[in-house]
Formats: sequence, C-alpha cells, structure tokens
Amino acid sequence: MSTSLHDQSLSELSAALRAKQVSAVDVAQHFLARAQADTSGAFLDINADATLAQARAADAHLAAGTGGCLTGVPIAHKDIFVTRDFPTTAGSQMLKGYQSPFDATIVQRMGVDGAGMVTLGKLNCDEFAMGSANENSAYGPVSNPWDRSRVPGGSSGGSAAAVAARLVPASTGTDTGGSIRQPASFCGITGIKPTYGRASRYGMIAYASSLDQGGPMARSAEDCALLLSAMCGPDLDRDSTSLDVPAENFSASLAQPIRGLRIGIPKEFFGEGLAPDVRSAIDAALQALQDQGAQLVPISLPRTELAIPVYYIIAPAEASSNLSRFDGVKFGHRAKDHGDLLDMYKKSRSEGFGEEVKRRIMTGAYVLSHGYYDAYYLQAQKIRRMIANDFQQAFAQCDVIAGPVAPTVAWALGRQGVDPLADYLADIFTLPASLAGLPGMSVPVGFGEGGMPVGLQLIGNYLKEAQLLNVAHQYQLATDFHQSKPQGL
Amino acid sequence: MSLTLPDIERIAHLARLEFNAEQQTRLLGQLNGFFDIVDQMQAVNTEGITPLAHPTEVMGEVALRLRPDVVSEPDQREANQRSAPAVERGLFLVPKVIE
Repeated sequence: MSTSLHDQSLSELSAALRAKQVSAVDVAQHFLARAQADTSGAFLDINADATLAQARAADAHLAAGTGGCLTGVPIAHKDIFVTRDFPTTAGSQMLKGYQSPFDATIVQRMGVDGAGMVTLGKLNCDEFAMGSANENSAYGPVSNPWDRSRVPGGSSGGSAAAVAARLVPASTGTDTGGSIRQPASFCGITGIKPTYGRASRYGMIAYASSLDQGGPMARSAEDCALLLSAMCGPDLDRDSTSLDVPAENFSASLAQPIRGLRIGIPKEFFGEGLAPDVRSAIDAALQALQDQGAQLVPISLPRTELAIPVYYIIAPAEASSNLSRFDGVKFGHRAKDHGDLLDMYKKSRSEGFGEEVKRRIMTGAYVLSHGYYDAYYLQAQKIRRMIANDFQQAFAQCDVIAGPVAPTVAWALGRQGVDPLADYLADIFTLPASLAGLPGMSVPVGFGEGGMPVGLQLIGNYLKEAQLLNVAHQYQLATDFHQSKPQGL
Repeated sequence: MSLTLPDIERIAHLARLEFNAEQQTRLLGQLNGFFDIVDQMQAVNTEGITPLAHPTEVMGEVALRLRPDVVSEPDQREANQRSAPAVERGLFLVPKVIE
C-alpha cells in the first residue's frame, strides 16, 4: 500500500478493509501502536485486548460479507461516553476507575453490534466537559499536534488532538457550548454537532442536559457524514429528549453543487473581538464559497454577546442539579476521613471535583436559589428564547449561517486558572447555536498566527445537518486545508 | 449587587461543598467578576417572553413521551454496585444516620 494506514481517509480505509487488502486486526494493531507511543495526553485509556477482540469480530463480519461501510474502522470515544470495555472518568477524579455496566447508545451504535467500528480507547477531555482548553482534566492537559506548547481546545480536546495527530481516523465528541466545534477548529479537523436530540444522550455523562449533544469528529465532511449517519436516529425508550426523527443518509447529498446557496453572515461575528489572522482566513473561505456560486447575505444575530451570560447561567444551573448525583454513595469518590453523612457528602464532593466544576456548581446553586431564580435563571431562559427566535428570523433570509468558530487560534498551554472569565468570553461564537439547539460544524479553512489552524463555523436550521455537510464537502473538494497535517507526522 | 463571603458559605452548603478561607476568597472574586457580565442581562426587556427550557420546544415537539410501565432490564445489581465505595450484602453503606 502506498499511503500508510493512518494517512488514509476513513473512506479509503473502509474500501481497503472491504476489499480485504488489510484486516481489521491489522488496522487496529497499527493504530494501537501509534496511540500507545503517543505522549500528547490525548488518550486516557487503551485496552489492547478489548480492541483486538472487537477487531476480530469486525473481521468475521467482513469475511461473511455482512460488514458495512464503517466495519473494522477504528474510533475512539470522548471519556464522557460510558463504555463497558474501558473505564469512564469524565476527566474527573470523582470517577477514577469507574466501570460502567453498559455502553452509551452512541458507543453501541458505532460499535461491533452496530456500525462495526473498533473502539481504540478513551479520550481526554475537560472534567465533566466543562472547559475550552482541556486543561480542566484531572488527568493532565493535552498538547495541540500543530504546536505542542498550545492547547487543543475543549472540552473534546483529546478527541480533536487524536484525530489531528492521526492516532485514530475518527472520534466522538460532545458539544454543550462549542465543545466539538472549537477543538475541531483549534486542531484543524472537521467536526459536527447535530441538532439537539438527534443523537442519543443515553450514557453520555450529563453536564447541561438541555444543551449536551454528541457528534463525530474526523478529518473531512465526507468522513463525518458516514459517521453521523450511523450515530443518529431515535432512542425513544432510553433518552426522553431523543427526537423521533428517522436516521438519515447524510452522504447522499454531499455531491450537490452549492450554486445559489444563500450564506448568512452575522455582523456580530465579525466585530472588534475577532483576531485579524482568523478574520482573513474566514474571509478567504467565504470568497471560495462565493466562487462556487454561493451568495453572501448580511444578517444580524443581535443577542450574540448576551449568549455568554445566558449560557453561563443555564449550563451551571443544570450542572449543579446533574452533578448532585455524585455523593460518594452509589459510585465515585468517597472521602477517607469524614464525620456524619452530611460531612461525607461535602468532603467527598470537595475532594472529587476540580476547581472549575466546583465553580460552576456554585454558580448554578446560587442562580437556582430562593430569591435569585427569577432574576437570573428565568431571565436567562427568556433571553434564550429570544436568541432562538433571532435565528429563525435570520433563516428566513438565508440557508446556512457562516462565521468564525472562535475569535482566535489556539492559545498557549498554562493560561488556565489565571482568569476563567477569559475562557468564557472566547466561547462567544459557538454559544448562540448551542442555546438554540441548532446543528453546527467546524471546517478547517486555513492558518493564522503561528501556523495554527482556523475553523469556519457553519450553522444550519433544525435537522439541516445534510446541508451543512454538503456545503463543507463542496468546500473541501475545492481546497486542501483538511488534508494538511502537522509537521513531524 | 455583589456576593459576600457569607453568601459563598451559604451556597457552598446548599451545593454540599466546602472551601477553606483562601478558596472562599478566590471564589468570591471570580463569581463577582462573572456576575459583572451577567448584569447586562438585566437590561433586556423580556416582558411577554415565555422562558425556553428546552430547544426541542422551538422545533414544535413538547409532549413528554410516556412508555409502558414494564420491566425492561434484567437485574444488574452486582454490576451496578461494582463501582460503589462501600457495599455489604447488596446494600450501599453510609455513615450511621440514626443513633
């Protein structure tokens, strides 16, 4: 084979597997060796025996001719998805060594009993998915493969870094306020957060339930379309917010030309806060889309800035409730030295949770407490509706919305803890679509300061994932940013 | 309006967390810094706006589904208790509550 296995696209790997040019066990061993040699911190757990057993099952399917287009292709999961074959920590000391008795629906759907993918391991992330740099993980930071002194983004930082470093051809991430899109942008890969409710939340450790949404991260829109097609679909008995919308073949419409497509450009995404290097990469991408026949339509999302306080009220409120289950009784950390039951709760939680998680629980408990609920939580929910309505007004004038994913490229490791507010403010462009529950993706469109990748954000209306992937794929047919790889790989 | 140290103590108790004096002071500064940006929310006129608790509502799906009240899972007590800090004869152990 001319191209080494890890340089092949997911579609190429899939074709090689089905043509039996390579076995799933060979592929698994190749990627396991790379993952085991990695020093970036992207992987939290590898279990070669479990991976190889899954690969043998995939080979049996391939031999019997019962394999699908993803059978035998490796995938690694963000450590927020519970897995039977690997411990699940959510990046927290609280869940160190936790063994789930079941697989998350997404894990199951992608795995041997579903699409036939082989799980390579679990990926580092911010603790309980709270963070934008992966530096809130209790198991150490992850370095960005484009520059080892920088963050990979977060919270799905390990998922993005592993794909960018070609340690795995595909990964899962979760996006509550931008946690798929922002690390995809920082690491120069493609990632999509589908419409809220399209892929099951069952077995995804909850951070903010009305916002959390899983999705795929890979190198191209074509690869993401294959993955997302296997991931979506109703899970009505196990996830009360799962949409009763049939699974869809997202690859079907990739080839459509985008001539006549109306792309909304929100002026609020191009203000003072946007770094000039990011701006010029985004402008060039918009020009490339125009060259393909798309037209740009100026729009306004007037409450973009308000999305920051609204999100950082609502998400912590839901987190404070969700994380109350960690009490040192049924699972998770229990303090060694404690007095009565109340003292045991307090000590176990204070020892088990990291600083940012505690900060968000505190914020959440405060805004839900008596006397403050109306002023903060309810007011935030009202503005949340206004933000969702703003999008619907915008979609009356355009088909998709485009802008930057983040105001800057990836920043240096170690900024964390100096000022948590700075990280909150950097989420400004991803939060609005999260609050509205809209699908969004990040597409690599060039490089900024220090040669770091820049991602273009595409936002679609509800259930319009196919359209986003179509636009991204057409862009990727005309450009090769998604194929560039970090030096030294 | 700013939070005070007694507020931090009260909220920590509600959240079943505890902080030492130094942590409390740091947290106080950080939370007050955050609530400075929250204040811009108060200027928004939201009269007549219904709160949006859930994005599915915008898509038109609101009714919570019900499923038949039947046993759907086998007994998995052992597997479920495997990661519990203290278990005896199938029961979760906690410090003595009643003397």
